[in-house]
Amino acid sequence: MIRLEGVCKAFGPRVILDGVTLDVPDGRNTVIIGRSGSGKSVTLRCIIGLIRPDAGRVLVDDEVVADLDRDGLTALRSRIGYVFQFAALFDSMTVAENIALGLTRRGYTPDEIADRVQHSLRLVDLPGVESKYPAELSGGMRKRAGIARAVALRPRYILYDEPTTGLDPMTTSVMDELMIRTRDLGVTGVIVTHDMKSAFATGDRIAMLHDGHIRQSGTPDEIRASDDPVVRQFIEGRPDRALAAVAGEA
Amino acid sequence: MQRLDALRAPGRPEVISQVGRWTLDAARALADVSVWRPLVIGHMRRLGVDSIPIAVFIAIFTGIVLALLASYIFTGAMPLYMVGALVGKTVMMELGPVLTGMALAGRVGANIAAEIGTMRVTEQVDALETLGYDPLSYLVVPRVIAATLMFPVITAFAMAVGVTAGWITAVNILDLSSVEFFKGLRLFYHFKDVWFGLVKSASFGAAIALMGSLKGLSARGGAEGVGAATTRAVVLGCEAILVLDAFWALVLL
Repeated sequence: MIRLEGVCKAFGPRVILDGVTLDVPDGRNTVIIGRSGSGKSVTLRCIIGLIRPDAGRVLVDDEVVADLDRDGLTALRSRIGYVFQFAALFDSMTVAENIALGLTRRGYTPDEIADRVQHSLRLVDLPGVESKYPAELSGGMRKRAGIARAVALRPRYILYDEPTTGLDPMTTSVMDELMIRTRDLGVTGVIVTHDMKSAFATGDRIAMLHDGHIRQSGTPDEIRASDDPVVRQFIEGRPDRALAAVAGEA
Repeated sequence: MQRLDALRAPGRPEVISQVGRWTLDAARALADVSVWRPLVIGHMRRLGVDSIPIAVFIAIFTGIVLALLASYIFTGAMPLYMVGALVGKTVMMELGPVLTGMALAGRVGANIAAEIGTMRVTEQVDALETLGYDPLSYLVVPRVIAATLMFPVITAFAMAVGVTAGWITAVNILDLSSVEFFKGLRLFYHFKDVWFGLVKSASFGAAIALMGSLKGLSARGGAEGVGAATTRAVVLGCEAILVLDAFWALVLL
């Protein structure tokens, strides 16, 4: 289980997270929503240990992430897959080499690696692209290859950073289906997005991050029925505050 | 916010602990042999073998200029066979390693900083970490080892080519015979001249690769950040060459 307890993070004078507390239940997709710059990606990076919180604790399987040494972090990361916003595929490697890299690190034999590469690409409906380079793929294909790289390691958790940003509606639906399919395989997902359609489609629980802390969390139905004006404004996409801010500046 | 206010600025013990952590990280990265060893050969080719043409180009013109300069200085004052001595000593001990190092600070240092910097700003370095790799082991150590091993090889090529270019110039333009040129070359030659230049060039290689790697890893932002990191890596690489050059002169001469 992943648990965040009072997590704080600031970059210089800018406070990003100011006491985020959140439980991520096993075997479910938890979606973190919030405006751009609200700290959603920072939250994911704290979970996998890429960023160290200034205060508070992130626990994964009862281990405090910030207390782990490099070997401990490597062991933790073997249980967590990370799908980056822009896929972050290694552009000097083919798709197969990208997927194989994490498996090589874990000591799999070449035959096992080849099997897992094929299986992962089939899972994301991308057969036949093994020898292509990331630059030869479309944005949607790159994101699916990123998911294939994450699922090849058979992780217990997958963290998705804006998986549908910049994709057309059809590719977005494919990505949503992939995240649901992965969840059905027993993988716990944490999905960061500001795409409400995707959030409602993929989330078993939804948490809204606002002003550095969790404003509300609950099931998709509870979020839909929320009477919190900030939550309502976000899920309905009403720009009145933004417009007021623009008018104020003018 | 109050929770964040409780955090203090780092004091001296924290700085010492930071330096200690860096040292431990470097030692751990070096010990991760299974990660960096398979990558060294590829980097030796990319950083080393591919740099030979530029080193040879510089060495040819250095040899030519040195021969002409020596002739200008020595004519009427000293026997002309001293041209061989000046070309040999200068190419082997100073200009071979330093000019090659400067050229490679641009080629190799910029290449490393731009490549790793681009990986940093496109989250590929973070992706490496999430896959269980230490960026120091995977990105920095193999490049530093490859450059340390290959710079002396490139410099040796440059020394041979520079002396040869000086000899050809002396014979064809200065009317010096080959016998006279090699008499001068042998007159003040010590084997130390060669290994002094090669030891220096190994340290230049290590410094240039290290600066390029660390500046690349610290790149932030987008293309502008990568450009700034690349420029800084080249400048620091050149500065490191000059400082190391003086250091080795003090220590070994």
